[in-house]
Amino acid sequence: MRELVIISGKGGTGKTCLTAAFASLAENNVLCDADVDAANLHLLMNPKVRKRTDFMGGSIAEIRSADCSECGRCLELCKFAAISEEFVVDPISCEGCGVCVDLCPEQAIDFPVQKCGEWYISDTRHGAMVHAKLGIAEENSGKLVSLVRQQAKTLAEEKGNDLILTDGPPGIGCPVIASIGGASGLVIVVEPTVSGLHDMSRVADLAVHFKIPGLICVNKYDLNTEMTMEIEAFAEKRNMRVVGRVPFDPLFTRAMIQGKNILEYQGNSDTADRVREVWDAIMQSPSMNLMGLKDFSTVIK
Amino acid sequence: MIISVASGKGGTGKTTVATNMASALGRGVRLLDCDVEEPNAHLFLNPVLGQAEEVTTFIPEIDDELCTGCKKCAEICRFRALAVVAGKVLVFPELCHSCGGCMEVCEEGAVLDGNRILGTVESGSAGNVLFSHGRLRVGEAMSPPLIEKVRSINENNGITIIDAPPGTSCPVIAAIKGADFVLMVTEPTPFGLHDLKLGVEAVKTLGIPCGLVINRSDIGDDGVREYAAKEDIPVLLEIPFDRKIAEAYSVGKLIIEVRPEWADKFRDLYNRIEILARC
Ligand code: SF4
Ligand code: SF4
Ligand code: SF4
Ligand code: SF4
Repeated sequence: MRELVIISGKGGTGKTCLTAAFASLAENNVLCDADVDAANLHLLMNPKVRKRTDFMGGSIAEIRSADCSECGRCLELCKFAAISEEFVVDPISCEGCGVCVDLCPEQAIDFPVQKCGEWYISDTRHGAMVHAKLGIAEENSGKLVSLVRQQAKTLAEEKGNDLILTDGPPGIGCPVIASIGGASGLVIVVEPTVSGLHDMSRVADLAVHFKIPGLICVNKYDLNTEMTMEIEAFAEKRNMRVVGRVPFDPLFTRAMIQGKNILEYQGNSDTADRVREVWDAIMQSPSMNLMGLKDFSTVIK
Repeated sequence: MIISVASGKGGTGKTTVATNMASALGRGVRLLDCDVEEPNAHLFLNPVLGQAEEVTTFIPEIDDELCTGCKKCAEICRFRALAVVAGKVLVFPELCHSCGGCMEVCEEGAVLDGNRILGTVESGSAGNVLFSHGRLRVGEAMSPPLIEKVRSINENNGITIIDAPPGTSCPVIAAIKGADFVLMVTEPTPFGLHDLKLGVEAVKTLGIPCGLVINRSDIGDDGVREYAAKEDIPVLLEIPFDRKIAEAYSVGKLIIEVRPEWADKFRDLYNRIEILARC
């Protein structure tokens, strides 16, 4: 089983549009949207939800005022300033550590488990898809990301699929860490700007930290070819393979408005060809062939 | 006056709006880059920065001599950061949320005050704009305490502009809580609209007034404008796609450097925000 995670460091680089196009090209795969905080892949995939499950995250403290003696112990204990002078817990600030719950002398604090979102198993025109929606202002996005990836893996095993295509979240924090651990390879989609390069170098450090091979794809490369070359040189220096360049093309946005990927919207365009080349380069990269699967079949032929 | 510049979706031009507005207003403005996972504002403002200050958080350090292996600390820890194996306490620092529960319950005084590095904070100035940003350590998962640290630098009572991280979960909340106004930056596409809706919901849970900037306003469809009209969210500025702006952005230049006529528009944007935040 191989899992390819598409991330970007910086948001808005066109990662999801490319992931959706790859979904058209991949064979025998399961799709997974690990950007649970601001999921977009479903907008291009039109998934038919087959199974919907609540995601229960952490607990949040609730003070029963009838039983509270206003001794002030909880206020003193809470490191997250979540309890007001009137002994009411602010659910947004509460970290769910439960320290006040355990140590309240009157046992006046409840600790109900919270529903933090939902996750889904769906059918799409490009195979099964696991995705989720994190509740607004919720924590635990890392946990939900791990859950979604785990479910995608289970589903792929059941269906005998050998590839998981995962659309990852932006940044380098908790959800990203949860989305890349144990992946076979990362495709880092970069745009040729100073911020693109800056953020990519942070993601590259993260990939090294977790020992996952990174592949680089420069999107909208023609907005600044010099910067594109700088990024490619940087990638080489960091021992990351460059899998190709995709031009800036309003076709991506037009396809998005139709709820399609670029290959479905205008499969004979030059840009569509470039996307196909990138996909081939990814699948031929050593990190996606650790078990020699791809090469093996060509050898047999 | 604290203005948080946010966007449900990343890459919509949030940093562009924050840095251009700060620079156009100039004197007395403080810009706080709270997108600590991927701080970018410095690339456009080129501030002169002072020494990086390390920001740490509490994690327990166990004194094996004093520890009796009673397991009380592991029992209160809701984050599985402590385990007692063969009478010895193991600490998993990256899981710890610094709640202090373990220290509170240990009767032997065996839980000592240790720490984990979250990242760094740097401050300085870019022309007459005061500047600070945080930088999350690579491999660190918890950004909210670092964001709070960056926000605590704000001793000035003039105008503070916060560049918030993308998304709608805890880091964003940490960057917009307590602001007087949230300026949402979006692009008029289905992705932009979808994430804008989530962002607006997050702002609503906090009860802060908000307004909208539409970037690359001529690429896409009318979904965002229709939504804004329906929800009564004022559109305060539209920035059309301009290759010259895109190229300037790619090399770290401000819009107002290549298109000086935009300085007035950004000052005007601020004036409109001030009126909206007041009423
Ligand atoms: S510790 Fe318990 S009794 Fe004391 S103020 Fe808090 S809730 Fe009330
Ligand atoms: S559970 Fe923890 S964070 Fe929540 S109110 Fe109690 S002490 Fe504070
Ligand atoms: S509570 Fe204190 S004495 Fe008990 S196991 Fe933990 S550190 Fe050791
Ligand atoms: S501080 Fe809280 S989260 Fe950290 S180890 Fe102690 S009990 Fe666990």
